[in-house]
Amino acid sequence: MNAALLLAVGGLTAVGLYLLTGRSLSRIILGYSLLGHATVVALITAGGPAGWPPIAGQAAPEDMSNPLPQALTLTAIVISFGLTLFLLALARRQRTLSGDDLVEDDLEDRRIAAAENAPTGPEDPVAT
Amino acid sequence: MTVLISVAIVAPLLAAACSLAVRSHPPGRDIAVLAGLGSAALASHIMLVTVARDGTHTVAVGGWAPELGIVLVADLFAALILPVALTIIFVVEVFAIGQRRTVWAANPQLSGPLLCVLTSGVSLAFLTGDLFTLFVAFELILVSSYVLLTHQGNRSQVRAGMTYVVMNLLASTLFLFGVAFVYTATGTVNMALLAERIPQLETGVRLGIGAWFLVVFGTKAAIFPLFSWLPDSYPTAPTTITAVFAGLLTKVGIYSMIRFHNLMGMEDLGPIMLLVAALTMVLGVLGALAQSDVKRILSFHVISQIGYMFMGLSLFTVAGTAAAILFLIHHMPVKAVLFLVGGLIENHEGSSSLDRSGGLAGREPLVAVMFAIPALSLAGIPPFSGFVAKLAVISAAVDQGGTVVVVAALLAGGLTLLSMTKIWNEVFWGGRTDGPRPRPAPRRGRRIMHTATALAVAGTLMVSLFAGTLLDLSTEAAEDLRRPASYIAAVRP
Repeated sequence: MNAALLLAVGGLTAVGLYLLTGRSLSRIILGYSLLGHATVVALITAGGPAGWPPIAGQAAPEDMSNPLPQALTLTAIVISFGLTLFLLALARRQRTLSGDDLVEDDLEDRRIAAAENAPTGPEDPVAT
Repeated sequence: MTVLISVAIVAPLLAAACSLAVRSHPPGRDIAVLAGLGSAALASHIMLVTVARDGTHTVAVGGWAPELGIVLVADLFAALILPVALTIIFVVEVFAIGQRRTVWAANPQLSGPLLCVLTSGVSLAFLTGDLFTLFVAFELILVSSYVLLTHQGNRSQVRAGMTYVVMNLLASTLFLFGVAFVYTATGTVNMALLAERIPQLETGVRLGIGAWFLVVFGTKAAIFPLFSWLPDSYPTAPTTITAVFAGLLTKVGIYSMIRFHNLMGMEDLGPIMLLVAALTMVLGVLGALAQSDVKRILSFHVISQIGYMFMGLSLFTVAGTAAAILFLIHHMPVKAVLFLVGGLIENHEGSSSLDRSGGLAGREPLVAVMFAIPALSLAGIPPFSGFVAKLAVISAAVDQGGTVVVVAALLAGGLTLLSMTKIWNEVFWGGRTDGPRPRPAPRRGRRIMHTATALAVAGTLMVSLFAGTLLDLSTEAAEDLRRPASYIAAVRP
């Protein structure tokens, strides 16, 4: 285990999670990217100590680094890359619709808020 | 057998590619999608017969050793659930073809191919024998579900889609961290090897891994307290898409828990999980009672019913696991049918809101019957499939002396009936309020929708008709899950 890498995982996760709790989707996208990096580093750390590149004939097998986590990491990177793009598209759509990229309250929250403001009846303020 | 497993996973992906290639030619597009979904469903049915006769079959993709490569395992559990799931998707796609040219329809150019990708992910999730491929399968399902949920791009979809996407992205990130933890602790991601190595770990590490994956799969399955994203996002999608989501997506989470937590021997988590199950059942149904829209009511019932399956799993006995499997088989078609009937109500009444509809039983008695059967089944009234499944879960819990959870299950059952009665009173009886109504589907489309729904209702009746056989098969599958040695032996001969 490499302490520097573990600290990196912790730091990336902390910052990523903090950004993820924000209201604006652009912050959430940044947070998600950082969390993606954190998982990549965690997977690499899980593979054990670093070594020679795992290419046949280049080094003795016991001196090579573990190739399996690298393969897993590659898959994870591709997936998180695609999802980041999808999130960006979603943020752009939200901006077109509302002029901002904030995550809005859900239906129940708005219903409760409306019921508190207008105690006369449970009128539905939002068209589904 | 290798061919069957490949067809179930690859045929829908090929169909997605073909239907995208001919997307401007509607008949060709529909034929490609239906052929892909149909062949996968057919392959899964043959797989069930073969597995029930010959036992577990494994495929090592590319011929790699289980430590290195991907292993696909068709055991009885997977073979039991897969045909149910794939048949539902096929029937829903037929319904979607009938629903075209109405305001509630999904965009057929996108929804067909994406549904195929989702199907492939579902097959892979059920058949995979390693944890990382399960992650990839989840992503395959989720990515297509993100696009299906938001593809029309209207305001409520984008709003609900954001919560749904962010919540699931977080769960996927946790999943990857979990894979890293498991790999650090055991040096493998293959489930058969994990079933050997995880029970030998220290108690703290073992239960940590179990609890971590409880959160990961629990978010996908929408158990208490991780369900808040579900009732907000599901109702905003077009009905056919909600039917697939409600019928399958949360069930993939439950399926993964039944497999993972049984194989890895997480019995120590049982008491906490039972409490979570009780809360999920009761809170879900209470949420449903507060709603006034058919699709929102049904979405809350998804959560409540997840509680029953989770309860069966949490008992960690053969009877409990078998009951959870039987409940899965009963619940997937019933839930999908109810959402399809929700789509019929929208079509006839112009909206799925309770306040704006009424008196449908007089005008469309067939729709009323098609609602009543799955609704009574959901509430657990004999002789429908829900009764058999609930009886199995509750009697398994009584054997273990779980009084609190049994009371919660019975209470949730009663409240489910109450909430179904509410839909019945408001939609099928009473009078209709006037107001502008969107144009309903043309005659031919209506006939297709009714036929598809009727077929699905017939399917739910088959489950109660063959409940004895299905319970026997579920018990056999549960015995395999509770005794990981047979699973390990099948993967590493």
